[in-house]
Amino acid sequence: MRIAEKFKQLKAKNEGALIAYICAGDPTPEGTKEYVTALVRGGVDIIELGLPFSDPVADGPTIQAGIQRALDGGMTPDLYFRTVSSLKLHIPLIVMTYYNLIFKRGLEKFVKDCAASGISGIIVPDLPPEESGDLLQICRKNEVDLIYLVAPTTTETRMEHILAEGAGFIYLVARLGVTGARSDVATSTGELIKRVKTATPKAVGFGISTGDQAAQIIHAGADGVIVGSAFVNIIGSGQDVPERLEALAREIKKGVISN
Amino acid sequence: MSQALTSTKFGKYGGQYVPEILMPALLELTDYYEKYKDDAVFNAELDHYLKDFAGRPSPLYLAKNLSKEYGIKIYLKREDLVHGGAHKLNNTLGQGLLAKYMGKKRIIAETGAGQHGTACAMAGACFGVSTEVYMGAKDTVRQRMNVYRMELMGTKVIPVKSGSQTLKDAINEAMRDWVANVETTHYMIGSVVGPHPFPTMVRDFQSVIGKEVRLQILEKEGRFPDSIVACTGGGSNAMGIFHPFVEEDVDLFAVEAGGSGMKTTDKEALHSATLCTGEDGVLHGMRTKVLQNKYGQILESSSIAAGLDYAGVGPELAYLADIGRLKPCYSMDSEALDAFHDLCRFEGIIPALESSHALAYVKKAVASGELGDIVVVNVSGRGDKDLETVMGMRT
Repeated sequence: MRIAEKFKQLKAKNEGALIAYICAGDPTPEGTKEYVTALVRGGVDIIELGLPFSDPVADGPTIQAGIQRALDGGMTPDLYFRTVSSLKLHIPLIVMTYYNLIFKRGLEKFVKDCAASGISGIIVPDLPPEESGDLLQICRKNEVDLIYLVAPTTTETRMEHILAEGAGFIYLVARLGVTGARSDVATSTGELIKRVKTATPKAVGFGISTGDQAAQIIHAGADGVIVGSAFVNIIGSGQDVPERLEALAREIKKGVISN
Repeated sequence: MSQALTSTKFGKYGGQYVPEILMPALLELTDYYEKYKDDAVFNAELDHYLKDFAGRPSPLYLAKNLSKEYGIKIYLKREDLVHGGAHKLNNTLGQGLLAKYMGKKRIIAETGAGQHGTACAMAGACFGVSTEVYMGAKDTVRQRMNVYRMELMGTKVIPVKSGSQTLKDAINEAMRDWVANVETTHYMIGSVVGPHPFPTMVRDFQSVIGKEVRLQILEKEGRFPDSIVACTGGGSNAMGIFHPFVEEDVDLFAVEAGGSGMKTTDKEALHSATLCTGEDGVLHGMRTKVLQNKYGQILESSSIAAGLDYAGVGPELAYLADIGRLKPCYSMDSEALDAFHDLCRFEGIIPALESSHALAYVKKAVASGELGDIVVVNVSGRGDKDLETVMGMRT
């Protein structure tokens, strides 16, 4: 399913989107299917499935640990696409990974593998617009959305450029820093949501872990929230993982429809 | 948005592969650097610190005993005599001064062997800027004297326990810190690596080495050397001495660490010979040669010299290697140790294990004649920091 279609459906129901990140293969390749299913049961609208890279500079300790577990468990790009193909989801699926894995596989092959396995969007946290021209063209040709990030530090000129290129949704980085669950909503988040003026849906990530935070962010004008570390924490604990993933998804989803 | 694109690259290498959060900071840094690099006041101030604080110019010394032993004329560029015991201070004084001009209140850095960290600590104390250094936990153990040196000068050393706990992971952690504190903090990268403008800027600050060699060798020999040999991890001492000679008829040799063997597995390399064996990739904000497996996962590198132990290399070196302007080569741990002892014994100079790789290459390459009659070797640092390692190898 294309991302735009999902946001359109949600808008018609006056709901915000819950986008859930987990890392494929954390802690084993087999576990991923079960966990994705649990998240979908909990009401997640879009799955962002990480493809683990050895040097994840944009990630905090929680997701670093998840990535390490996945690598130790034997996750590879080949296995990733096989796993994704077997998921058969009825909601959009996005791959989140670092540029070297895409570069090494070959841009064309990577994007074609995405399209063939049912992935509708790509997020690359270490690929700013300056370096993304080639990948963007290939994505457009294959009808896969290249999702760009904007940050509180993004200048107006850059913002205009990114909003013109971005597809699927615009990923708003809620605060300066790396990924990781926080208990508050940064004041910079509301300001950033106001600055991003576009018809493309806006989803906010970095630091969101509760239904209350999600509700505040949707109330401030976002179309969706992205939650990662809070889910990865549950996986890391190894305790009642599917049940707790589903329960947390349900709680946060409640936050994004309560407006 | 693409107007600066060409200047960020060396051929296909270099660029700015970083999170969006950092892009404005890189553009700001580029603007400041371009504004001050030819500014008379900035350069006069930098020259003052290089001369009176760092002790430059460093001598170019004809190693007469070693020359006799090896059979060609060997000049040593004595960066080991720079304040702090390595070339690293050239860069940190430059960046430290720039950070001061930019109004940054805090400096962060990564360090491998601890030489760059020490140089940051010196610059931080000298310019009165608070300094924190990320260092692989493994490196804090094998270079504990450098940790203590940094602490003496008021720098906070933060051990990094993620990944391989070496330089690569220290860079990751420093980048994560910078992402969170980019508005107040300058990230003082210690080599010609990372996103633009770092490879260019660090090269320019280190070029003082090669500029001095040009004058010194003309004075002593009336001509340029036939070859220049420098050890290469990230490559800052190499680019520093090479850059002023790139347009000249002088052969350049970048000597990497062959470690304990030129072998790799799916997860690690027994060496750090990135130019020799790496493949194109993107790491730490730059496109360059990278030690990686078939999927693009970065390998853990290895070397007896912590300062060479890195899975990437400066993008300009990758470019110069591709176009055939420099020759990538390597020395093994054991060869470096052997050359270390030679320089101690024949010349009364204790070189860093990093620099010993360059000396080792000279020793083995003399026979082929490829170095010509006169070679300049960059003795990038002194070996006092390595004594424990060397003592541990004694049988």
